[in-house]
Amino acid sequence: MALANEAVARPRSVSLDVHAVSHAYDLEGRVLDVLDGIELAVRPGEFVALLGPSGSGKSTLLRLAAGLERPRAGALLEDGQPITAPDPSRILVFQDPTLFPWRTVWWNVATGLEARGLLAKHRHRVDDALALVKLETFANAYPHQLSGGMAQRVAIARALVNDPQLLLLDEPFGKLDSLTRLSMQNELLSLWQKVGFTALLVTHDVEEALLLANRVIVFSDRPARIVAEIAVDKPHPRRRDDPELVELRRAVLATLGISADV
Amino acid sequence: MTIDVDAVLVASSERVPAPAGRASGNLLAPFTPWLSTLAILLLWTAVSAGGLIGPRALPSPFDVLAAAWELTANGRLPAALVASLARVLAGTALGLVLGLGAGLLAGYYRVGEMVVDRPLQMLRAVPFNALVPLFIVAFGIGELMKVSLIAVGVLVPIYLNTFAGVRNVDSKLVEVGLVYRVPQRLIASKILFLGALPSILTGLRFSLAIAWIALVTSETVNTNAGVGYILAQAQRFVRTDQVFLCIVIYALLGILTDYLVRRLEGRLLAWRKSYDGR
Ligand SMILES: Nc1ncnc2c1ncn2[C@@H]1O[C@H](COP(=O)(O)OP(=O)(O)O)[C@@H](O)[C@H]1O
Ligand SMILES: [Mg+2]
Repeated sequence: MALANEAVARPRSVSLDVHAVSHAYDLEGRVLDVLDGIELAVRPGEFVALLGPSGSGKSTLLRLAAGLERPRAGALLEDGQPITAPDPSRILVFQDPTLFPWRTVWWNVATGLEARGLLAKHRHRVDDALALVKLETFANAYPHQLSGGMAQRVAIARALVNDPQLLLLDEPFGKLDSLTRLSMQNELLSLWQKVGFTALLVTHDVEEALLLANRVIVFSDRPARIVAEIAVDKPHPRRRDDPELVELRRAVLATLGISADV
Repeated sequence: MTIDVDAVLVASSERVPAPAGRASGNLLAPFTPWLSTLAILLLWTAVSAGGLIGPRALPSPFDVLAAAWELTANGRLPAALVASLARVLAGTALGLVLGLGAGLLAGYYRVGEMVVDRPLQMLRAVPFNALVPLFIVAFGIGELMKVSLIAVGVLVPIYLNTFAGVRNVDSKLVEVGLVYRVPQRLIASKILFLGALPSILTGLRFSLAIAWIALVTSETVNTNAGVGYILAQAQRFVRTDQVFLCIVIYALLGILTDYLVRRLEGRLLAWRKSYDGR
């Protein structure tokens, strides 16, 4: 594997356990309950999609899993170890690419290795990651010279270069045009198959969830509880007009309180 | 003399390095921005030659050139330039170091903001030339007073723009730093500082503009060397040609510093994309 870290032989993926997690924010003196007793076990190498109404707490769960915040109650475990701080093994990809505008594509991707002092020995991993998202030729471009889809691919390469065992994706394709989104979905899928990380993808696109994930979790309105869990036992590649998927889509939309007949 | 410093201080829009290579292929292109200046010069020549206004009130450009030659030949102008430049460099360096330091301190740390911001906001509200009497009492009428006055004038805009620049850095970029375990020290230097850099350079530009104003102000007080001294003497002896010369020198020095900052912006902010004008 091109991106493998030679220094430490690590498992390709980890499990994520979310145990009785509740979270709240203080908003202008009031307490805003966001997550209410979330219970979720993601197996190593599994691809889980998370759907839910906007403002229900999906991003919050990802921030907790990334270690950017600590939950008010409950615990999150990575391979059985409590998550207390950000770690390069768990990388969160934001909805916006949030690239550093003053850094070239190459240096944006190098961020994580540089931060850990690994860059000098592992420069080739940056090149490999760029090749993986097919952006080698843009290594020296600045973010403002990229299209939205290219920028998001850089963000994904910036995550992958760290060999994450858990990739947390927060609506990563939400702002892309539909054609770009389709090709990015395929790319993410083949990266997942090739690299073998565990993936937790927040999306508002039911079809995207069903095309990619092994399992779809549906959140209620805030404060979020899990209202549905749908296994998608179809091998990849999947066809979006597959009758079974169409049926599942109807079921998922129903749990979101939306009729599929429109 | 009171100058509305506030109007000069606050960055409403950031100037951007001039686009390289626009209207390329035309050898005269670099000079086109100077055409309006040339027109003003010609108009000035014409009006003074017309004799409607006497040379006492409006010397011709040639009178001013002659004055420059005279003062250069007798050595007064070079000496004055050296004295003024030394003052402005010392004051500016001091002001920039203090202002940048205070701005970063207030930007990085909330405690720093608590300590530094209120006094500097008050200082900002005072036109710096109103501080002259105070500085004379405190530092005497020598070089220390002049350099301090320039430093205080310079300090304010660079402080304001550094502080605002750091605080305006997208918090998402800092979170990216946290996700990738970028050490705090590098978050400060590689994310917050670089993110604030466009604003810091805008502050630098305003600071340098103030530096020249502060120089003139300080040189009106008991000077025996410097461009301001020549100006004061020229006024006393009604040498309007020398008065004009001093004004032209201040203008040229201002343009020169602006040019240098622009070069700096062009180098440091090459990653930026912004509107070039049409
Ligand atoms: N830092 C914060 N402070 C206060 N409220 C927040 C904060 N972050 C998120 N929230 C609130 O928490 C709720 C859930 O937010 P989020 O997890 O971003 O929702 P989703 O990603 O599902 O759309 C929203 O009502 C939002 O306003
Ligand atoms: Mg969200």
